[in-house]
Amino acid sequence: MLDVKAVRKDFPILSREVYGKPLVYLDNAATSQKPAQVIQALVDYYESYNSNIHRGVHALSMEATDRYEESRRKFAAFIGAPSTTGVVLVRNTTEAINLVAQTWARRNLGPGDEILTTHMEHHSNLVPWQQVAQERGASLRFIPLTHEQALDLTNLDSLLTPRTKLLTLNHMSNVLGTINPVKELTEAAHRAGARVLIDGAQSVPHLKTDVTDLDCDFLAFSGHKMMGPTGIGVLYVKQEVIEDMDPFLHGGEMVLQVWDDRATWNDLPMRFEAGTPNIADTIALGAAVDYLESLGMDNVREHEVAITEYALNAFRELEESEEVRVYGPRDVTQRGGIVSFYSEAVHPHDLGTMLDREGIAIRTGHHCAMPLMGRLAVPATARASFYVYNTEEEVDLLVAAVRESIRYFSGTRART
Amino acid sequence: MQSFDFSDVDELYREIILDHYRSPRNQAELEDADIVSEGVNPFCGDEVYLRMSLDGDVVDGVSFHGTGCSISQASASMLTEAIKGKSLEDAESLYFLFRDMMQGRDPTSEEQDRLGEVESLAGVKNFPIRIKCALLAWAALEDGIRAHHRRTRDGG
Repeated sequence: MLDVKAVRKDFPILSREVYGKPLVYLDNAATSQKPAQVIQALVDYYESYNSNIHRGVHALSMEATDRYEESRRKFAAFIGAPSTTGVVLVRNTTEAINLVAQTWARRNLGPGDEILTTHMEHHSNLVPWQQVAQERGASLRFIPLTHEQALDLTNLDSLLTPRTKLLTLNHMSNVLGTINPVKELTEAAHRAGARVLIDGAQSVPHLKTDVTDLDCDFLAFSGHKMMGPTGIGVLYVKQEVIEDMDPFLHGGEMVLQVWDDRATWNDLPMRFEAGTPNIADTIALGAAVDYLESLGMDNVREHEVAITEYALNAFRELEESEEVRVYGPRDVTQRGGIVSFYSEAVHPHDLGTMLDREGIAIRTGHHCAMPLMGRLAVPATARASFYVYNTEEEVDLLVAAVRESIRYFSGTRART
Repeated sequence: MQSFDFSDVDELYREIILDHYRSPRNQAELEDADIVSEGVNPFCGDEVYLRMSLDGDVVDGVSFHGTGCSISQASASMLTEAIKGKSLEDAESLYFLFRDMMQGRDPTSEEQDRLGEVESLAGVKNFPIRIKCALLAWAALEDGIRAHHRRTRDGG
């Protein structure tokens, strides 16, 4: 079990105030806060061994190279990858998905081929496929949603056809919190001869993830949602797939030998890392992985299941009076710590402003999932998302503030 | 039970603004419009559709519909009330006045009179992220007037 009080002490930002009120940070699905250990790793790098990697023969460069590659090994171990060969360091989930779209997909998709995805994807796991499908004459197909906003797999057999070359989906929806059965879907896709990409942006920070067990071909995730810095993310690619992939960006670092008219490519995975990489943030993400491992991912999950259940219960009264609609599965074992909700009385942006002035940070808007907003028949939603440092008291504050905001807007609350 | 005083937001959500939000004016769609324009903010999904009819140079009819936050919709509702019966030139100068107010310039008392109810949106300037919401309908008005001038100039 997590000692949340102790955990909170590791996050300097949590002691700040907003408009004179204690910060209640409930926007973790957008980005997480950073523990002092991660911030210190950045400082240490810049103060003690800042230098470029993989080339220098001097002490600083060797130290930085060691720490950079050590981080890569940590990422591989964290996601259960058999080696670092398929662990490519990128900026974020979006870049990881685009890398697959621009290299693997452009080579492997042709006219009439299909990409199967879902109706609950972030724009970053939709738009790149729209582009590559248009270019290659392929088409997109979608797994629909149930009334509880889980995947409706009733017609999976007819959606996965011999023409399906790729199944790409998130492990956890950034809007609904729904956890998708990616292992079973990977198995089904492989039987149909398709490769599988898992968008792990929301899941890897919160759920123990094992790519060997899942058997996926690609896994993309971002460091900044898992206590690491912005600007560093990971693309994992299964060895047999990455060995057959063309480089994405060309330049330094990714080459072995260069002549006037040609070049040969570096070993994997450096072949996919052209130019000076994000050394400091890679090392700091290594510190974030250490931190998460020290908490234990099972404990992280246990805490989030408990706080999500607490939140769903806390919203129940407002749901029963039909003042608030809450989205996503009711069964907390089928969802993560993301709770989207909507009130007819208060537009999400007004709610966001009301809560902000009480020190409560939530996200409002379409959450980069405009097609999903259309299906939910709302212009936007409000979303609270939790992490290891969130408490039941914070959930109480959130729900009380939502209730009072509804009264404020419906005119049933006396004004000061 | 935690209590919230919400005193910070009272200057933003003045009672008159919430009144316009709950009961927007001029919703019945004007059939024969001379000027039709729209304001859409894809970032937050706010939408305002304006229709105006003219008698010579004077706005003699106006309607709007839209969806969005209280600020965007109340501002649109107030706009329709404010420009009815005004010349296009006066409507446009009201837009400039309102825009200046949103950008932080305090209106003089004469200008406050001209703004009327619209002046109640003054508090929005202290919530910078919401200024776009307040300006959405007004920018649509300006677009519509400009397009109208281009049409009448080009078409004789």
